Amino acid sequence: MGQSVPRVDARAKVLGKGVFAADLFFPRMLYARVIRSSRPHATLTRIDLDAARKTPGVYAVLTAEDIPGRNEIHVVFNDQPFLAPGRVRYVGEPIAVLAAETPEIAEEAVAKVVVEYEDLPALFDPLKARGHSEIHLFGTNNIYKHLKVRRGNVEEGFARSDIIIENTYRTPYQEHAYLEPQGMVAVPRPNGLMEVYGSMQCPFYVQEGVATVLGLPLSQVRVIQTATGGAFGGKEDVPTLVGVQAAILAQKTGRPVKLIYSRDEDIISMSKRHPGIIRYKSGAKKDGTLQAIEVEYILDSGAYATLSPVVLWRGTVHAGGPYRIPNVKVDSYAVATNKVPAGAFRGFGSPQILFAAESQMDELARALGLDPAEIREKNLLRLNDETITGQKLSFSVGNIEAFHKALDKSNYFEKKKQPKDTRSPIRKGIGLSTVYYGVGLGAGGVHLARTGAYVQILADSSVQFAVGTTEMGQGMATVLTQIVADELGLPVESVYILETDTSRIPDSGPTVASRATTMSGNALKDACAQLRKPLKQAAADLLGLAPDSIRLKDGWAFDAAHSEKRIPMRDVIAECFRRRENMAAAGFFRSPEVSWDDETGQGNAYVTFAYATNVAEVEVDTETGAVRVVRITAAHDVGKAINPQLVTGQIEGGTVQGMGYALTEEIVTKDGVIQNPHFSTYIIPTIKEAPEIDPIIVEAPYPNGPNGAKGFAEQPLMGIAPAIANAVADAVGIRINELPLKPERVWRALRENETKTAL
Amino acid sequence: MIDLKFTVNGEKVTLKVPGAKRLLDVLREDLGLLSVKEGCSKGECGACSVIFNGKVVNSCMVLACQADGSEVTTLEGLSKDGHLDPLQEAFIQTGAVQCGFCTPGFIVAGRALLNRNPHPSDEEIKDGLSGNLCRCTGYQKIVTAVKLATEKDGSDV
Ligand code: FES
Ligand code: FES
Repeated sequence: MGQSVPRVDARAKVLGKGVFAADLFFPRMLYARVIRSSRPHATLTRIDLDAARKTPGVYAVLTAEDIPGRNEIHVVFNDQPFLAPGRVRYVGEPIAVLAAETPEIAEEAVAKVVVEYEDLPALFDPLKARGHSEIHLFGTNNIYKHLKVRRGNVEEGFARSDIIIENTYRTPYQEHAYLEPQGMVAVPRPNGLMEVYGSMQCPFYVQEGVATVLGLPLSQVRVIQTATGGAFGGKEDVPTLVGVQAAILAQKTGRPVKLIYSRDEDIISMSKRHPGIIRYKSGAKKDGTLQAIEVEYILDSGAYATLSPVVLWRGTVHAGGPYRIPNVKVDSYAVATNKVPAGAFRGFGSPQILFAAESQMDELARALGLDPAEIREKNLLRLNDETITGQKLSFSVGNIEAFHKALDKSNYFEKKKQPKDTRSPIRKGIGLSTVYYGVGLGAGGVHLARTGAYVQILADSSVQFAVGTTEMGQGMATVLTQIVADELGLPVESVYILETDTSRIPDSGPTVASRATTMSGNALKDACAQLRKPLKQAAADLLGLAPDSIRLKDGWAFDAAHSEKRIPMRDVIAECFRRRENMAAAGFFRSPEVSWDDETGQGNAYVTFAYATNVAEVEVDTETGAVRVVRITAAHDVGKAINPQLVTGQIEGGTVQGMGYALTEEIVTKDGVIQNPHFSTYIIPTIKEAPEIDPIIVEAPYPNGPNGAKGFAEQPLMGIAPAIANAVADAVGIRINELPLKPERVWRALRENETKTAL
Repeated sequence: MIDLKFTVNGEKVTLKVPGAKRLLDVLREDLGLLSVKEGCSKGECGACSVIFNGKVVNSCMVLACQADGSEVTTLEGLSKDGHLDPLQEAFIQTGAVQCGFCTPGFIVAGRALLNRNPHPSDEEIKDGLSGNLCRCTGYQKIVTAVKLATEKDGSDV
């Protein structure tokens, strides 16, 4: 515990032996392709599949009419069909699927499908779509969800304020750009079982989707996760589509079917981070004490609701940032448009609103003549304070500690004092952000807040275990292996994790919201506690002691009072097998209760929070508008770092992804068509742009977390964009309210500012 | 169909393949070298990196007919009898692996760099790996891994 043991999957991965979906091959396997809409909103007037069906080597071509079960992909609502039934609502929407002998034949057959459309008026701007009188994409007002927070009285709060700042912020469509594209392989078994292997975060979602569309009982669908090449939320709900696309063709043909997306198909048709529009009004006293915020938050959610209601919920709860704010009014809306549905992405609706909230803090500071650090320190949430939803923070609040560590380690005040060199075209700036992160699903996903686990000790003292959550690169497998080893007193090397398989574990909900360590960790602890009983009994009998006085650690069972009185665990386990004890156990965990009132937006939204402060140092080239991030100091309260190297890995990775969000990443659409579906046009940071990162771990233990740990892996991304934007504002004295801060945008802002000051 | 004769990971190989087949597919499908990953198919991500006549190339951009007579090294060729290349060791030790999808490409590109320049500066490491994308690690631990490997390489001599 607390040790940076190497990742359990590292050796296989450096040898190139990680088995990803594309690496699976089965005898008689076919290759699938998807026929997609080229229109943002249209009625399908004719689909001609004849030529495709007649192509030699094509085994099945299926449309909505060929679905044996229900044409429905359930996420939060049931508004999304599996294949478009007569009407398409975004460019890239699946209309038909086909399977052929080779990828080349499949490709050729796709080109032979004729689809005729009658275009319908489409909506691309959420501000126009909200409440549109004629075009109805969802309900009567195109609003998937409206959420509120009501706390105190904002009118009074603003009346008491000495300063009020109001701005509108915009944030872009962001692509996950996981390196491994989406992929699934479906294998029909002779007994009727449908097995689906692939890249995913949430096998139980895929299981549900396959059963629904194929008309199978859940028990006849088995989903097994392969190595997953990055996900970041982009493999939460959408792999269900991919899995069902492969599975329905496998069902029809009776042969294994492989479906691997190309990069552009992936970017065009899979989920993204919601573009956001945030109107943010803040009021504070002269000394910087926050009095009130009033926020309107709009998420451009695309053509189906998918996860938007819950993405919106997380964003809404995080609207205030980690501060004490007595008077709060938030109204947020997830709005339907004719674009590819937006969904889960690291931070889940919070990075957008935090960009606004943290920009506002700096603007307040500027107006009041305070340092951005000073105004934050005044307002930061401390132990026993309440969040904007009225949740009292009665434990594990590392907010202040993270804040001070980040400032000290980055030499913030020292650097702040240095005079700006205004002769050079390169201007240096430093900026910060403080954020917090509600751990787990919270009140937005109460019904999913449970997990199962399975642990068995084998006769040779090695251990196998399985969980219902997934490894996608974040390091869950390693952390859980450490927990099991620790709980059973065995060395990490003798503990093996099995791949996540829906037939092995009860539905454990999704692997999202940074919940794998806390949820599966606790379920494993439950299973291990059951196994410790016979182990301790056997050890006690062998040592002539009472079971209560036995400790198990590092391969030994010993007397807690006299540790030299000990025997190897190997002997203890052998004794258990001689006694025919049950050495397998199923564990289970359900989250502590949370609460939420839809009318007031008040309640204990999350079981606990993680906290972070980021300090960004930038250089802005005033001649080109280019922003270079030199260094980021990122302090994160993680409760307890079970494996510090994995924690710093999450901090560094999230930081650079956040930097991409801040500076370059933006999916551009024109009339609903994505213009940049390649890495040459959608620019993510390379090793050349990556800044120096100083990750700092803060530990304010969470009493209900395994060994005090709380999930946090989304948090490293969340505060980066505002920290960088604040640093840019510090460097050049200009606030830019729209992400990304690409050179054209910064350059234009600089020129406009020059004109303004010249007038 | 062409007769493709080339050397892969030190072994001479002869295959009958369509001339327009990508080297990436020849390696993965015909030779089962599955460390070579496909992330973009357009020469933009580096997941399919191999060492081709001493230089790193994206194997998705090379055709079988161009590979005739060439010498190709994939990640599989870097470890011998279970002994890892110092770069592979360093990637494990420094935590430079997360999802692992980019890892084969980075190690191959790193190996080509170290073969050419056994003691690269940080800038040279970044230049040498700039054709490879990683979305998980933030790159810092990858740079550390390459630096560590140079030390290990040195101590081997
Ligand atoms: S797959 Fe070849 S460079 Fe991306
Ligand atoms: S480790 Fe996942 S892309 Fe690099």
